[in-house]
Amino acid sequence: MAREIAILGAGMHPWGKWGRNFVEYGVKAAQDALKEAGVEWKDIQFVSGGDTVRNGYPGYVAGATFAQALGWTGARVASSYGACASGAQAIDNACAQIQAGFCDVALVVGADSTPKGFLAPQGGDRPTDPDWLRFRLLGATNPTYFALCARRRMDLYGATDRDFAKVKVKNARHGLNNPYARYKKEVTEDEVLASPMVSDPLRLLEICATSDGGAALVLSSMEFARKRTTNPVTITAVSTTTPRFPNTIIEMPNFSTDSAAAVAPPKLTFKDSIAARAYEEAGVDPSDINLAEVYDLSSALELDWYEHIGLCKPGEAERMLNDGDTTIGGRVPVNPSGGLACFGEAVPAQAIAQVCELTWQLRGQADGRQVEGARLGVTVNQGLFGHGSSVIVKH
Amino acid sequence: MTQQGLKSAIATKPGGKPQKPAVENWFRADPEPHLLGSQCSACKTYFFPRETFYCKNPDCTGTEFQEIEFSRTGTLWSYTNGCYKPPPPFVATDPFEPYTLAAVELAKEQIVILGQVAGGAGVDDLKVGMTMELVIETLFEDDEFEHTVWKWKPVTG
Ligand SMILES: [Zn+2]
Repeated sequence: MAREIAILGAGMHPWGKWGRNFVEYGVKAAQDALKEAGVEWKDIQFVSGGDTVRNGYPGYVAGATFAQALGWTGARVASSYGACASGAQAIDNACAQIQAGFCDVALVVGADSTPKGFLAPQGGDRPTDPDWLRFRLLGATNPTYFALCARRRMDLYGATDRDFAKVKVKNARHGLNNPYARYKKEVTEDEVLASPMVSDPLRLLEICATSDGGAALVLSSMEFARKRTTNPVTITAVSTTTPRFPNTIIEMPNFSTDSAAAVAPPKLTFKDSIAARAYEEAGVDPSDINLAEVYDLSSALELDWYEHIGLCKPGEAERMLNDGDTTIGGRVPVNPSGGLACFGEAVPAQAIAQVCELTWQLRGQADGRQVEGARLGVTVNQGLFGHGSSVIVKH
Repeated sequence: MTQQGLKSAIATKPGGKPQKPAVENWFRADPEPHLLGSQCSACKTYFFPRETFYCKNPDCTGTEFQEIEFSRTGTLWSYTNGCYKPPPPFVATDPFEPYTLAAVELAKEQIVILGQVAGGAGVDDLKVGMTMELVIETLFEDDEFEHTVWKWKPVTG
């Protein structure tokens, strides 16, 4: 079903390592989004929270937590978890409530406060939990899964470590003037290549850190929006697709792929299907896209996404990058916000932040990083355990 | 695990600590190393780690599974290493030594399976497409046991 949901307001709390309660970041982001929307908190009918699993019970019931923090109004709430795709799940739930006519205006909020270092599995002895076992039996940290994809690009397509470093250099430059970015510093290819190896071929400066941060959106029906604005930015598709059996590409945190011995693999791999389903829902073609926010958990993964979202054919991402196509000013800028390279990941806020960036870009309000004349943008992201996430934003 | 299974799983090397699988029923060391998967009796889909309850093929409602020894050799799909000590429950050596990981595609089972790389081989010894062989090696030791796991070993020559 085609969607048309208005984005009335976007708000963020700057990413960083602030060491405060995640609720504060969410409240700040929500207040900014409400202010931009010109909507009173008391008028919000539905609060859709993206959950964090690292901040105790309030994190599991994020919708209620943010509603209480902003002051109980009787608004209905939902709390969504889909790992890195939690924010998209929260957006999807808010859109569905609006489209179903259960509410006119909704607030989506995600925020996180994260510990230092590798994302580790939850404590205790849990020998039947694959997320516990992958650390125990293999030492398969998150970066090792990113690195398997990176190495395959090298051995299959001839990608070089310098190509990967260039992604970081590009994104660092994009994020320089983004007031919400955590890292606002240019880096050179040589600096990237001199940083310590984490999981060969990926180096420290090419792997996304974990951050504190918060992001929020005020979404409404078109009818509600028209009373306030003449030409709102809209969401025309939200893909929260899951894999189709057999999923033949190894995915974090699994030990193996599905077997394709008895059933042929689907036409599209899971990653290829995520944005494809959003394009289908919005009735657009990848060649219509003017800019993209993609999940650069590693520098090399950004290149994979160019291909998975149809910006180019498999094996052509390095050429796109080297031709400057994905730099601001190029044919289809990718991660004009600076991406995870400049933000680090605040899990439940990240997919919402991608939509905030597209909103500001499409309104022409992305000071210091503006993509000129952009009309149509796409976000893409993937959460652990089969959560696809892609949003099409239009102006 | 049956009494007999336990006996075969805990073997003592001459002069060493007894060996114990770091995870039960995922692999077998004797008479030759094999990963132990399962196969749906109805649709013939393979599973590793083994499925024993309900088939994951959406077109199948199978609930009967056979234990299968998976192929011992496959093709290297990709590889990497860990240069920093992972968090627990990984048991690191002291001092920490980097370890190598491989994703290996088995032709018959049409499945890609992760494992550490055996015999101290590093990323410079590997190339996508090369043949890899399954072996059982020590994962870590404690006071009582040598805890073993499956690993992939590059086949040279
Ligand atoms: Zn079956």
